[in-house]
Amino acid sequence: MLTLNINGQDKQFDIDPSTPILWALRDNLNLTGTKFGCGAALCGACTVHINGLPVRSCVTPISAAVGQHITTIEAMGDDRIGKALQAAWVRHDVPQCGYCQSGQIMSAAALLKTNKKPNDADIDSAMSGNICRCGTYQRIREAIKDAAATLA
Amino acid sequence: MYIKQRNHSTPALSRRDFLKTGSAIGGGLVIGFFIPGATRFANAEPAPNAPFAPNAFLHITPDNKVTVQINRLEFGQGVHTSLTMIIADELDADWSQMSAQLAPAGDAYKDPVFGIQMTGGSGTINHSFTQYREIGARARAMLIAAAADRWNVPHEQCHAAKGVVLGPHGHKATYGELADAAMAQPLPQKIALKNPKDFRFIGKPMPRLDSRDKSNGKQPFGIDFALPGMKVAVIAHPPVFGGKVAQYDAAKALDIKGVAGVFQIPTDRGGSGVAVVADGFWPAKQGRDALAIDWDTANVEKVTSADQLAQYKALARQTGTVARDADVSALATAPKKIVAEYSFPYLAHTPMETLNCVIDLQQDHCTLWVGSQFQTFDRAAVAATAGLKPEQVTLNTLMAGGGFGRRAVPTSDYIVEAVHVAKAYRASGKTGAVKVIWSREDDIRGGYYRPSHVHRAEIGLDDQGQILAWNHVIVGQSITQGTPFASVMIKNGVDNTMIEGMGEPYEVPLKLSAHTVTANVPVLWWRSVGSTHTAFVMETLIDEAATLAGVDPVVYRQKLMGPKSQRHQAALKMAVEKSGYGTRKLPKGHAFGVAVHESFKSVVAYVVEASLEKGVPKLHKVTAGIHCNLAVNPLTIEAQVQGAILMGLGTTLPGAAITLKDGVVEQHNFSDYTVARMPDMPRVEVHIIPSADPPTGMGEPGLPPLAPAFANAIAKLTGKRLRSLPFNLENA
Repeated sequence: MLTLNINGQDKQFDIDPSTPILWALRDNLNLTGTKFGCGAALCGACTVHINGLPVRSCVTPISAAVGQHITTIEAMGDDRIGKALQAAWVRHDVPQCGYCQSGQIMSAAALLKTNKKPNDADIDSAMSGNICRCGTYQRIREAIKDAAATLA
Repeated sequence: MYIKQRNHSTPALSRRDFLKTGSAIGGGLVIGFFIPGATRFANAEPAPNAPFAPNAFLHITPDNKVTVQINRLEFGQGVHTSLTMIIADELDADWSQMSAQLAPAGDAYKDPVFGIQMTGGSGTINHSFTQYREIGARARAMLIAAAADRWNVPHEQCHAAKGVVLGPHGHKATYGELADAAMAQPLPQKIALKNPKDFRFIGKPMPRLDSRDKSNGKQPFGIDFALPGMKVAVIAHPPVFGGKVAQYDAAKALDIKGVAGVFQIPTDRGGSGVAVVADGFWPAKQGRDALAIDWDTANVEKVTSADQLAQYKALARQTGTVARDADVSALATAPKKIVAEYSFPYLAHTPMETLNCVIDLQQDHCTLWVGSQFQTFDRAAVAATAGLKPEQVTLNTLMAGGGFGRRAVPTSDYIVEAVHVAKAYRASGKTGAVKVIWSREDDIRGGYYRPSHVHRAEIGLDDQGQILAWNHVIVGQSITQGTPFASVMIKNGVDNTMIEGMGEPYEVPLKLSAHTVTANVPVLWWRSVGSTHTAFVMETLIDEAATLAGVDPVVYRQKLMGPKSQRHQAALKMAVEKSGYGTRKLPKGHAFGVAVHESFKSVVAYVVEASLEKGVPKLHKVTAGIHCNLAVNPLTIEAQVQGAILMGLGTTLPGAAITLKDGVVEQHNFSDYTVARMPDMPRVEVHIIPSADPPTGMGEPGLPPLAPAFANAIAKLTGKRLRSLPFNLENA
């Protein structure tokens, strides 16, 4: 039995400790906002925060997160930066299919925590691990800058 | 504004096509709709005499909510919002009262042109614009009639505005208040559609209805759907298409905690595989990894890409089945010549949400939850595989995380596979639903690719660079051969999806022939289909001819376009003017590139700005001129163009290719199959030509002209003509 702190609550898991956080969230807690995209830390759809840092949950076993604070997209509305990003995402009509956007917002939130006014190069660098097949990148860039402005 | 196609007072469909559907949950007004007979793909309908079941399109409840049923799959293209806009406009609703749902499989939801329920061919707005307007207009007329009766005033003294009906003496009632009474009204014989100048939503940049839930993790996709006690299955597919399990050992898989069963199942193309059913994805995947399987691939063709390319190139030197004839005798004597050989690889679609399907198979019924793009075929395939009648199959359409063609499979490959898993699971004495999930490796290695192609062109030009003769051969697999689409798409032995986009809009003496090759690699439409390669060939060759002629490539195109190409001219002019082509000085080492192409009835012109960064082609900016007639939602169109540009750009990048060796796909995941990422994204400016003509689609047409415009810019910088996708400057 492992205990993980997810979105401020302790949750117990009676599953294989090698289970990636992604599947513990999705299949055990029904927190489906975090998405499966590649299973190999290549696309960023599964991005969560562990102690505020972006982590690919599809390759991070639950055993590595015991005693750490995991935050998912479901709790980002309670986070000052997360809330500003979500509002900017809606203002800029960012999502198309929307499947990658949880991961995009989690990566963008991690960026804005350390860089209050990112330029295009900063955004490209911080977001290059998050694939969007629909091609929402331009609106993501605009939304991140807009969110940064509203937070300033 | 003026809609040319149709007189406003003469709806496309007669009154009998509309139905009030009974016993709405929650009361209110419900309007259904039925497409009598079938049209383009009518012969593709496996159960033409399926019993008629009316289905709701529009539901106004007493609590003043309006719910629209979307007869399509929403997978990013925005029809969830734009079809709702169309109804809301004719209904004179308030936008805040509108919401949308994806309709399940049902006869009423068939595409009014294709005659099957499907999403594709950039057809939603083009085919359902009038359909959805008429539904909204009928509901509005019934609400007004109900109000007039309630107030005992003539109908013509009442009118609707923003979700309320207003009467002559200060009367006012919301649609919700009138919904039950409206349901008692007869369906109006005649309806008047709005004069387009009165549109309140259509033509305006309306934000998506689903953007909030897609930004906070709440939007459910197919892969998120779960039922109590549901199991998850992962399948070991044969390493070569159509391969079979010779023998397998499941002992280690069955030892894994959470694994509920291991079953051999039939897979696509007569093959077989092994499914691991478990409590969740992780134990199922671990179980799959623990299987020991000996495969039998002795009797299936094993394609090797290098050999196939050589075979295609040899074929391209011979005339194939002629699709379009012209006198090309001038080739022998032409003073100038272009001889060009092009190659294009297989491409996987890789939507971000991998394929999945939830299935609950019972004794005499089967229910599915799936992001289906082909509900009619998928439901029929489920019925056939499960041994049920189509009416015993309920197929619920769930939102999908992209598709780009991969969810529109005439064989319903991944859904049929899910039925086999459910059958095996049930036969083992277990009950309950199963969700089959494909891993990314399954997706990239699972077939149904954009077909690989070789083109060979021989063009003879005069001393002024004018085209005297053009002999063109295309080699590749047919997408529709052996599918229900063949009878419509294959004409005189040539699959139109292989040659679409060749020739037009230029007036050139083009002789076009094609070799249809069969190969043991499943192929499928991929966003913009044939134009993914034909536009590249056409627009780089025309550019090359312009260079040979010493004429500016924009001017050369304008002169070569026929009189019917006014939309092309307008789109090109718009892109040229807005980009500053010919007037704006570019930074050193930068160049413009131009392309224009029509696909799915819409025309897109790009002027791009590109450079070489350390020898690598880099796209900086794209200025788009778009002609899609009436732009229903310009905000969505802009998004679709941005997305199509990004996907088109992806086809130029190193590693954007599926290759095979001895029948086995060589790529696995995003590590070795390249897709475009954030740093690749150019700045995009979208300019739409104002028009009031009936709208044409924009899901696909933004893709084809991107790669050739980019290649033309690189040719200007390097003098080298790129002849393949992905780009290969060394071989240029």
